[in-house]
Amino acid sequence: MDILRIATAGSVDDGKSTLIGRLLYETKSITQDKIEALEAASKRKGLDFVDLSLLTDGLIAEREQGITIDVAHIYFNTARRKYIIADTPGHIEYTRNMVTGASNAQVSIILVDARLGLSEQTKRHFYIAQLLRIPEVILAVNKMDLVGYDPIVFETIVQDFHTTCQQIGFDGQNVHFIPLSSLYGENMVVKSEKMPWYSGDSLLDILESLPPQGDLYADKPARLGIQSVIRPKSEAYHDYRGYAGRISSGQFFPGDRVIALPSGQESAIDRIEKFGEPLDRARIGDSVVVTLTDDIDISRGNMLIKKEEQSPLQAKVVTAEVCWLDHQPLTVGKTYALQHGVNRQKSKVISLKSLLEMPSLIRKEDPNQLMLNEIGQVEIKLGSPIFADVYASNPRNGAFILIDEQTNSTVGVGFVEAH
Amino acid sequence: MQLSNQTTSALSAIHTSFPRQLEDEAIYILREVAAQFERPAILFSGGKDSITVVRLAQKAFFPGKIPFSLLHVDTGHNFPETISFRDQLVAELGVELHVRYVEDSIKQGKVKEESGKYASRNALQTVTLLDAIEEFKFDACIGGARRDEEKARAKERIFSVRDDFGQWDAKKQRPELFEMLNGRIDLGENVRVFPISNWTELDVWNYIKEEKLDIPSIYFSHQRQVFDRDGMIWSDSDFINKSADEIPYQATVRFRTVGDMTCTAAVASHADSIDQIIEEILAAEISERGARIDDKRSEAAMEKRKQQGYF
Repeated sequence: MDILRIATAGSVDDGKSTLIGRLLYETKSITQDKIEALEAASKRKGLDFVDLSLLTDGLIAEREQGITIDVAHIYFNTARRKYIIADTPGHIEYTRNMVTGASNAQVSIILVDARLGLSEQTKRHFYIAQLLRIPEVILAVNKMDLVGYDPIVFETIVQDFHTTCQQIGFDGQNVHFIPLSSLYGENMVVKSEKMPWYSGDSLLDILESLPPQGDLYADKPARLGIQSVIRPKSEAYHDYRGYAGRISSGQFFPGDRVIALPSGQESAIDRIEKFGEPLDRARIGDSVVVTLTDDIDISRGNMLIKKEEQSPLQAKVVTAEVCWLDHQPLTVGKTYALQHGVNRQKSKVISLKSLLEMPSLIRKEDPNQLMLNEIGQVEIKLGSPIFADVYASNPRNGAFILIDEQTNSTVGVGFVEAH
Repeated sequence: MQLSNQTTSALSAIHTSFPRQLEDEAIYILREVAAQFERPAILFSGGKDSITVVRLAQKAFFPGKIPFSLLHVDTGHNFPETISFRDQLVAELGVELHVRYVEDSIKQGKVKEESGKYASRNALQTVTLLDAIEEFKFDACIGGARRDEEKARAKERIFSVRDDFGQWDAKKQRPELFEMLNGRIDLGENVRVFPISNWTELDVWNYIKEEKLDIPSIYFSHQRQVFDRDGMIWSDSDFINKSADEIPYQATVRFRTVGDMTCTAAVASHADSIDQIIEEILAAEISERGARIDDKRSEAAMEKRKQQGYF
């Protein structure tokens, strides 16, 4: 059984809470006592329907108290797979939260209110899905019940999306369009009888049919960031030396010729193990221990790659699109700890080249600073090289975080553009 | 509108397998803990979640040993079955176990024993825990809490930074992007680590089943002296102040969570195998009505108290 990670973002008004509540309800992920509580609460509010948005009530209460809630995680299962929804309701720190919530997602659900059509928020959300190279986007035109399930309303929004957003997307990204009423469950789990003109699948059927993550990046070059070297030095494993890590992209097989970075030393994979059991392959997401046929110099933060595959560039200067996550703006000339995978290095921001203005998506050259929620192109110098790929070509090995060395906070996330 | 009963074939079959990616994720997290911290410990209660965490730690570092010690904060009101299980597991693993007692914190005058019908040492545990963290200079404490347990936990990070007073500041949480974990802290601060954050109760049970893990006997159906209070089934013990009308009787029960005896309610159950437990959980989740609803409420309440105390 695999896992599909979904990112949703939007404000309360667009029906997102109801949509999530509906998914939980229809997949029987809510216990009966909670449903009864919902029914009672809905009645108290004088509603003639069961308000599924109350399921995420805790979030609303927190918002009222002015607490930044950023990302909440919600879980449900079908017979086919486990789903994890990263829900980012914050409208105050919108970009920061969307980027954080979407960073692990394979699917982004963008909600549109059928009555209002595309908003600035839709465009921003789609831009972030593009920036993060999220392979599947579902544009969910919700509240179709309020426009009489009119196909023209839906078609107009789809056309509008093609003219204003499509050029932002990237090759290989799939955009699905679906008309919904999450309040009444139309097109959520089974196809709606109210919208016979819609030829696509229900929302859940779309989600169920998406490829597992392992299939997505399997053809990318193999990357294994070393977390630690396992040397038991016990009697049974006296000379044992295993390299522990989680595969970021591609796949490794026993016998593969590999190169260790940064040393450039070459060896071959002897065994790939998990809890002592030999594996005949390791692929993206697998946490394994690899042993090599030669004793070569490898330590934490190093990377194993395959000899015959393209290697990541090892430059000491990188250009990256950076999304700023902190209240303290990014400062040119300041040093930050830069963490790429499990490799942490000293770094210094050399220049801030441009800033992306939202929602116009126009680039402003030579800005003074990068503030919270802003996205800009930054040039960074490194103390020692990192082994990153260009994000667009291999997302699982192309991102890094910036850590403020004074506050220890994670203050920025970067997507490598070039070396 | 009424909630519809529409369903698809995808939903009619109930899944009972464990998503292996969750194990890979947890192993990755535990390896980061070992690399980024100097003195990490696993908070071990003897419950199913901490047993799962210990298993994951075993897997993460094999054939090396688990590079963490275990810390148990003992309220003195534990089920004896849990304690004997704990000691046996520790002996098998060859890891170091530290036990610190709430009783000692009471004697030191740092906390006051609660009184009355609902007296429990659950909330007192926090003080003992913080003292132990200071005593052993633990910079990372690994716990088995899960995000599906309650709404506030749904927002907590995998690496959750605590200040000198062990406090969690929701506003100051570090964003966690992709799988990169930032464990940088100042002296005196520590991090609570939740490697099974993304697991649900069902995931834990499926994992225990697939890994054939031993768990304390009280998770399985057994005969026990119990009494009723507030619609819940309480285990009769010397630690609980019963009123005159609370008459103990013999019943067939099991526990869904294992905590302090003063805050853990039993459920009426005949489930005496992992398979039956999983069936019971699934049935409880989709059942229309019945006695289980009260059981669930009591469990939710218990878990909440556990969180206030432990995490």
